[in-house]
Amino acid sequence: MGHGPRDGFDNPIIEWVDSRLPIFTMMQKEYGVFPTPRNFNWFWNFGAIAMFMLITMIVTGIVLAMHYTADTKLAFDSVERITRDVNGGWLLRNLHMNGASFFFIAVYIHMFRGIYYGSYKGPRELLWILGVVIFLLMMATAFIGYVLPWGQMSLWGATVITNLFSAIPFVGEEYIMPLLLGGFSIDNATLTRFFALHYLLPFVIFAVVFLHIWALHVTGSNNPLGIEPKGPQDTLPFHPYYTMKDFFGMIVFMILYAWFVFYAPDALGHPDNYIPANPLVTPPHIVPEWYFLPFYAILRAITFNFNLFMLAGLGLLAVFMVEFIWRYKPKYLSGAQGILLLVAGGGLAVFGLLADFNQTWAIPMTASTDVPISAKFGGVLAMFGSIGLLVVLPWLDSHPIRSARFRPLFRVAVLVFTLSVFVLGYAGSQPSDKVYLSACLGDAQACEAIEHGNADHIEAGHEPTVLALDNTMIAQAFTALYFSFFLIILPLLSRFEKGRELPTSIHEAVLAKKQKAGA
Amino acid sequence: MSADTDTTNDNTPHSAHDAEGETRRDFMQLLASAFGVIGGALAAWPLINSLNPAKDTLALATVEVDISGIPKGEAKTIMWQGKPVFVRHRTEEEIKMAEAVEVQSLTDKQSDKERVQRPEWLITVGVCTHLGCVPVGQKMTDTRGDYGGWFCPCHGSHYDTSGRIRKGPAPKNLAIPPYEFINDTTIRIG
Repeated sequence: MGHGPRDGFDNPIIEWVDSRLPIFTMMQKEYGVFPTPRNFNWFWNFGAIAMFMLITMIVTGIVLAMHYTADTKLAFDSVERITRDVNGGWLLRNLHMNGASFFFIAVYIHMFRGIYYGSYKGPRELLWILGVVIFLLMMATAFIGYVLPWGQMSLWGATVITNLFSAIPFVGEEYIMPLLLGGFSIDNATLTRFFALHYLLPFVIFAVVFLHIWALHVTGSNNPLGIEPKGPQDTLPFHPYYTMKDFFGMIVFMILYAWFVFYAPDALGHPDNYIPANPLVTPPHIVPEWYFLPFYAILRAITFNFNLFMLAGLGLLAVFMVEFIWRYKPKYLSGAQGILLLVAGGGLAVFGLLADFNQTWAIPMTASTDVPISAKFGGVLAMFGSIGLLVVLPWLDSHPIRSARFRPLFRVAVLVFTLSVFVLGYAGSQPSDKVYLSACLGDAQACEAIEHGNADHIEAGHEPTVLALDNTMIAQAFTALYFSFFLIILPLLSRFEKGRELPTSIHEAVLAKKQKAGA
Repeated sequence: MSADTDTTNDNTPHSAHDAEGETRRDFMQLLASAFGVIGGALAAWPLINSLNPAKDTLALATVEVDISGIPKGEAKTIMWQGKPVFVRHRTEEEIKMAEAVEVQSLTDKQSDKERVQRPEWLITVGVCTHLGCVPVGQKMTDTRGDYGGWFCPCHGSHYDTSGRIRKGPAPKNLAIPPYEFINDTTIRIG
């Protein structure tokens, strides 16, 4: 960085510094004249907005840390004291706790932008992966931060999430849990280490953001057309064009943020967190913060064990995918063998699933004590897998066209995927046994009895069949959709979608659009 | 030695005329890296180990409890290692229910005998084996689920009067802490 030739500065002080440490040359190159595609739409604001939120979180967080006490006996009261007694403490706290939500809003839109316009594709794969790393670090930081006020939801949310690690076979319960908690349950030792990590991780995020931006400045930005700029006619200098556009977008975003901070500071939180933590009483309905809900739904959707039949079946299906879809021409297998794989894999997986649901069949190796992956561990794997898939996204989608504008099928797929994330988010917020629709088939009288809660009075042999659509099923269906977007739809589209003709250059497309609008 | 003539070429890998020296250098590099990794791991260990439960936390590992005041059918909650422990004074009927269950039909196969020292006292860790919530059912007026033991409100696990999982997502029975009867009215947990 900053080793290239320097133009020099007129101001002698700036020149003195710059000739020794070319920081002004670097700023000028990376943020002044930096060539940026001229056709950005508003989606390209959210990187800068996310950066603004990160800085807001760090600055408010440092000051809050000066007033906070990390001790189970004092933490809750110290947070209340910040809100009530510290000068302007209510403002700092509201900025910080709503800032987390708005940081996630900005980052989720930023990620949607990346997927919709294919920004993750070569040569920007590493840029994208660094982004996923930032997202994971943000999730860890936000989760840990929510524990610090030491309310009921802090304690029990942390209990549920740290218990996930006990699902890791062999070492989870015995070694990882005590190491993580520093005791036998979430207690003072846990709170103090969480506070230390909550202070540390934002700076780690900042470092990875630096790498993320560095990688961005090597490849340059993607743009809504998804084609590379060919020359100066396709780009604009970053300043003043995009500094101003980012600034404007930031102000609009800040208005919304400020509205929450000043008028609805608790709208995105849980009332239960204003009850001091009590290790003897569990709140009736534990829900994570809204930004974790889709992943919480995926976690809870795995209510079945993965027995050997299912794993073998899924393995065969994976071989089929690799051989016949990802590789354009099958290398090792013939078409007939492919069909055999598909039938055998699908059959085994379905058989394993049915065997798990019907324990009365007593099929060997399907009892819950004999399965390699229990439902609990399966849920953990699915939840982390759902984020892990983002890491390999550049290789799951190998279609040469980036932008969804020129891929009509991909566009539909991305929108359906986005919708499924929202549905999962809703499912994550609801109790798992909530029934949305139910139909009673059979004896009319018996059905009426069930409806009035008198199921005990039904005569033997007249029991009706009750079909119910509950929250778990919704979560399972949309979890399946989430995973099939990555593992089935994207590889298939990469191979079979034809796509529209790309414009020859950015400036021609921009001028054509302008002419059309003028006519 | 030929290595002497090669000193100016130190940084060029694969200098073909001195394969012997290169192998030696590669080996030294490998050895040094390996020692670096081992040294790093050894230096990291005290830092990581300090995060394990401390001695004072471990010292809180036992409690003595007076159980004389618990009426039949009710249970008392005791804190042990930061976790609730249920001490339940079971009624005759509850004992009979727990003993009558066919063990083979259970998710986590344990007979009632294996889970109690004295049939009228069931002592169990009050933490749902699913995701760690505290089940309800300590008082006779609480919701005790379909099997009369405990019910976990978080994700709907039902436990029977022996604290065994009967319905819902939890994979295991409520854990039995190590305990002993010091006399008829006092137990020591841990």
